[in-house]
Amino acid sequence: MKTRKLLRKLPLFLLTLPVLFFIYFPILWLFSASLSNQVDLFALPMHWIPLHPTLKNYLDIIFPSLASNSVPRTFAVALLNSLKIASAVTIISLVIGSMAAYALARIPFKYSRGILLGIIATRMIPEVSLILPLFIIASSLQLINKPIILIVTYMSFALPFAIWMMVAFFQTVPVELEDAARIDGCSRLGILFRVVIPISVPGLVSTAMFIFLLAWDEFFYALIFTSTLASKTAPVALSEFVGRYAININGMMAGGILAALPPVILALAFQRYIVKGMTSGAVKG
Amino acid sequence: MTANSQNLPRKQLSLRQQDRRTAWLLVLPALAVILGVTLWPIIYTFILSFFQAPTGINQVRTFVGLGNYLEMVKDPTFWETIGRTMYFTVASVGVEMILGMAVALLIHSHPWGWKFLRFSLIIPWAMPTIVNGAMWRWIYSADFGALNGLLSQLGLIKHYIPWLSLPNLAMPLVILADVWHMMPFVALILQAALATLPVELDEAAAVDGANAFQRFLKITLPLLRPAILVALIARTVDAFRVFDIVYVLTNGGPANKTLTITFLTYLNSFPWGKQGIGASLSFLISIFTISMALLFIRFLYRPEENQ
Repeated sequence: MKTRKLLRKLPLFLLTLPVLFFIYFPILWLFSASLSNQVDLFALPMHWIPLHPTLKNYLDIIFPSLASNSVPRTFAVALLNSLKIASAVTIISLVIGSMAAYALARIPFKYSRGILLGIIATRMIPEVSLILPLFIIASSLQLINKPIILIVTYMSFALPFAIWMMVAFFQTVPVELEDAARIDGCSRLGILFRVVIPISVPGLVSTAMFIFLLAWDEFFYALIFTSTLASKTAPVALSEFVGRYAININGMMAGGILAALPPVILALAFQRYIVKGMTSGAVKG
Repeated sequence: MTANSQNLPRKQLSLRQQDRRTAWLLVLPALAVILGVTLWPIIYTFILSFFQAPTGINQVRTFVGLGNYLEMVKDPTFWETIGRTMYFTVASVGVEMILGMAVALLIHSHPWGWKFLRFSLIIPWAMPTIVNGAMWRWIYSADFGALNGLLSQLGLIKHYIPWLSLPNLAMPLVILADVWHMMPFVALILQAALATLPVELDEAAAVDGANAFQRFLKITLPLLRPAILVALIARTVDAFRVFDIVYVLTNGGPANKTLTITFLTYLNSFPWGKQGIGASLSFLISIFTISMALLFIRFLYRPEENQ
């Protein structure tokens, strides 16, 4: 019996190995490169494990004043910009989105279904096809290179997304709870803030996580709207260094790892919410 | 609601009116924002698509009617780009669905370490697209790349290969990078759906002598249909608008071999400064994605009785 079980389990286990290799090979190589110095990285034949492992690439970014070239300095600023913008987008879209989502999920009124479907449909429109008017308006208002323009334009995907997910969560709140509060003389807004929001905290948390990931990941608006060192986000800073060989590649790899850490840690920490969010239509891409 | 509302018509009515007012109050900020950042730009783009002008503010615009659209469809690059976008979409989504299903089934059969495997899938998915692109660009690097290093150490290649400069390999390599990023998304969705399926049917079929493949085809696959549709449509909508990874990996090259429709739109709108053509392309993309979105919504928000 034991050997039979082993015979069944072993091939399955062996099948997981190529999948794990496929997932981890790129990550480990990225990590290894981020710990190398420039000479080792360009040495042939290549080394999978750095000969002289160093944390210098990371330290340069975390303590930019000590760094000798401009790559780590740019990254430090860019990471901070990303953090500020993604946080602002998360909070604003969560507040405006939850309000709208509650009305759309729970209060019957004319056009509510049409509005909901319309909002969901706008989420699929690529940023590329909205950019020309947004660029013209942003230029004439002199908002290029200002964080506010990214926060506002990111609403085009963050807000429909927040509404979409929060509608799904609010629909699971038992109507009886609301009715009871209503009989006790609570107004609609009172119900929303005292009854519905407190029991929807898990929904709010997972929606916040997804929006943060989306905003952190965003590239196209940031590419068009930012051109100065002080205003770039992490993806834009990274994309600009990718094409240049001579520049400090291992520094870039460390920057890439640091840019990947916040979303990866968030996603792993909220693992159990992710699949639920995905199936309710939360598509990050 | 029924009996009481007839006894108390006035109070019920005023409560409903109050409700309606609250509802609009709650929805209004969101509607205003969406109007400003999405609907208005679509309309403005539509207007811009009838004019010829360099990209920017205060430029002289010449009305050209359908001229931009005509120029667009006469350009063979446009049609090649559409074909290439289809190629990317079908190939990347196809591979992601098949591999994702295989990995989901593997996790579902609970081999040793299946929880670790499921945990690991989250990492590529959560990785920012640009980091993913930068990572693969250096893996494919002609001079120091890990792919060349790996293949030459295994003795499979003698000389390093400039992967991304090979016209016929560039697109498959972009697709590989996308598969690494997004296959986990499909696998996680399907694995979660598999975990909710009733085991009784499968067991009964096994007792009746159906082999594993027959059971998968006749029982598991039909039951998974909703989850497969969600993953399939979500991935298709997303793959169609691919931009970031192309930008970092190949910039549309070599020889336009990875130029997709959103990339062509970007090139016209900004680096080439052809605002009119960019607007025409943008408007077409908006119309196309909204139609796809409506399809998506039909599947996701089907009335209960159809499920």
